[in-house]
Amino acid sequence: MSEPFLQIIDVSKRFDNVVALDKVNLKIEKSEIFSLLGSSGCGKSTLLRIIAGFEKPDEGRILLEGKDITKLPPYVRPLNIMFQNYALFPHLNVTNNIQFGLKEEKISKEEINHRVNEILNLLELNGLEKRKINEISGGQQQRVALARCLVKKPKLLLLDEPLAALDKQLRVQTQFELVNLQYKLGITFIIVTHDQEEAMSLSDRMAIMKNGEILQVGNPVEIYEKPKDKYIANFIGTANIFNVLNKNNQIIIKELNYEVKNINNKENYVKCLIRPEKISVKKLENQSDNLNIGVVKEVAYLGSYTKYLIEVNGFEFYSFMQNSLVSDNLQIRWDDKVQISFNETSIYFFND
Amino acid sequence: MIKNFKKQNVWFVFTPYLWLVLFFFVPLALILKISISVSEWGMPPYRDLFSLSENGLEINSTLGNYLFIFSDPFYIRSYLNSLSLAFTSTLLCLLIGYPIAFYVAKSKTSIRNILLIMLIIPFWSSFLLRVYAWKVLLQGSGIINSILIHIGLISEPISMLHNHYAVILGVVYTYLPFMILPLYGYLVKFDLNLIDASNDLGAKPLNTFVKVILPLSLPGIVAGSMLVFIPVVGEYIIPEMLGGSDKLYFGKIIWDEFFVNRDWPIASALAMSGIVILVFPIIIFQLMYAKYNFKNE
Repeated sequence: MSEPFLQIIDVSKRFDNVVALDKVNLKIEKSEIFSLLGSSGCGKSTLLRIIAGFEKPDEGRILLEGKDITKLPPYVRPLNIMFQNYALFPHLNVTNNIQFGLKEEKISKEEINHRVNEILNLLELNGLEKRKINEISGGQQQRVALARCLVKKPKLLLLDEPLAALDKQLRVQTQFELVNLQYKLGITFIIVTHDQEEAMSLSDRMAIMKNGEILQVGNPVEIYEKPKDKYIANFIGTANIFNVLNKNNQIIIKELNYEVKNINNKENYVKCLIRPEKISVKKLENQSDNLNIGVVKEVAYLGSYTKYLIEVNGFEFYSFMQNSLVSDNLQIRWDDKVQISFNETSIYFFND
Repeated sequence: MIKNFKKQNVWFVFTPYLWLVLFFFVPLALILKISISVSEWGMPPYRDLFSLSENGLEINSTLGNYLFIFSDPFYIRSYLNSLSLAFTSTLLCLLIGYPIAFYVAKSKTSIRNILLIMLIIPFWSSFLLRVYAWKVLLQGSGIINSILIHIGLISEPISMLHNHYAVILGVVYTYLPFMILPLYGYLVKFDLNLIDASNDLGAKPLNTFVKVILPLSLPGIVAGSMLVFIPVVGEYIIPEMLGGSDKLYFGKIIWDEFFVNRDWPIASALAMSGIVILVFPIIIFQLMYAKYNFKNE
């Protein structure tokens, strides 16, 4: 068992008696894209700043490849950070921004030029070398910021909301470029984001943070399909959470009054999650007896799929239906009665 | 639209120029006129430039005043003294003011406002009083000497007043806010992430200061230095009150020529040459600086 690439051990941090991080433990493997996900104030940025060395933890240690870097100042740590606002130097042109970090190392001029050209090619920044930072677009600035870090060949790259400043179209494109780049270079990425879609599509693994604590660590599938609690379930995607009753060895979803039959594990779960895309609705033609019947309260047609808000016995939940046939569109309308169905294996039971 | 605007607001636009002409160019022209006049006893103490006599129109103009002041090392030395005072005190203001401006700009908003008020409070009292206060502090029976004698560091009062060190002290004290405020104006806009970014890229604190903070606060340094340097060259009151006979300053010489010797033409020639010597380097500097700024914008 090799030791993890980056280890965060019992790291705590307070600001004026406000707890920013509370005994955080994390292990990050080499060459993975790891996301720290949480709403603002959850401590993810503080953790990133501690890894970068801008803040010192009150307690705990940071090990990089087994070496304790907790007390090292930022300028000797073999890692780099890309800031949310990029923090490019406005008084320097693109080339000078990129070679800023190299000039701090003892490297020959030829080597600097070689590495700058290499990175300019890699990030398709050729032709912008002499431009000032305010003379290039937001997307180009983002690539300069990335180039300025990558040219240092860091062991670890920290990215603070790397895509937040880009407009939506550019964001999707840049997401793929980032993943490709990471794959090509094999550098470990730690990304801080509040955008769950961004985290899902970029990460190999992610950590969900709240109030300075890590709630769950896992790959996107685990986090989405098997969230540890209600908060995570609601934070990632849309969640339909039902109460579960355990009566005489019968497992019953209370709100739907539905008995789950094919269940092996009859533990005392109190809640269950069924994601909206796993619930399908069908317009009721003839009175059917064995399936649940609900009323459509809202319909939102979104092109590739349609969102339905369904009410059963006063309880509301969502169903997302793929519009795989043109004739599917707008078949179901407000106040229609619908049949609800789902696969029992799609039910995820948990304790709150 | 724009045409209408221009027609209606022509006076509005020209008012500042009118002000400039009336209160700057006209007096300047008067001084220029006096500086090339011939001095004589009377009121005013110079001969009219143009006079009518039996021989027709007579022009009584001379460059003698200028020749005189440039041939007398006394005037040149006083001018150099003033330049050196301005240079020294600007540098001191910068060295003292920069850390203060940086500290104020980077403190929390609530504390920042209090600190700014503390910087501005001295302006509420008269400039003359503040300089006089230094005179009281520094004199032989002043507080500083009393304390030093009391704690036994010295046995009799040291003479701190009436030398050029006292002048530098007074000037630095008086002009420090003029350095701090423009510096603060630039530093408060400074993105702290840039310092983190520089550190992260491997630059140690000193390199970060030299390569990032300093170049980006250069406009503030220039503005503050100008605000200190220019008025100090002509400073009269502080050398008069705190200075001694060890060094004579330009402002005081002009005063003496005007009011003691009543030689208005010489005094005007001194003032004019002072403006010319001071203004040209500043114009060149400003042009260079505008170019630098333009490249950066």
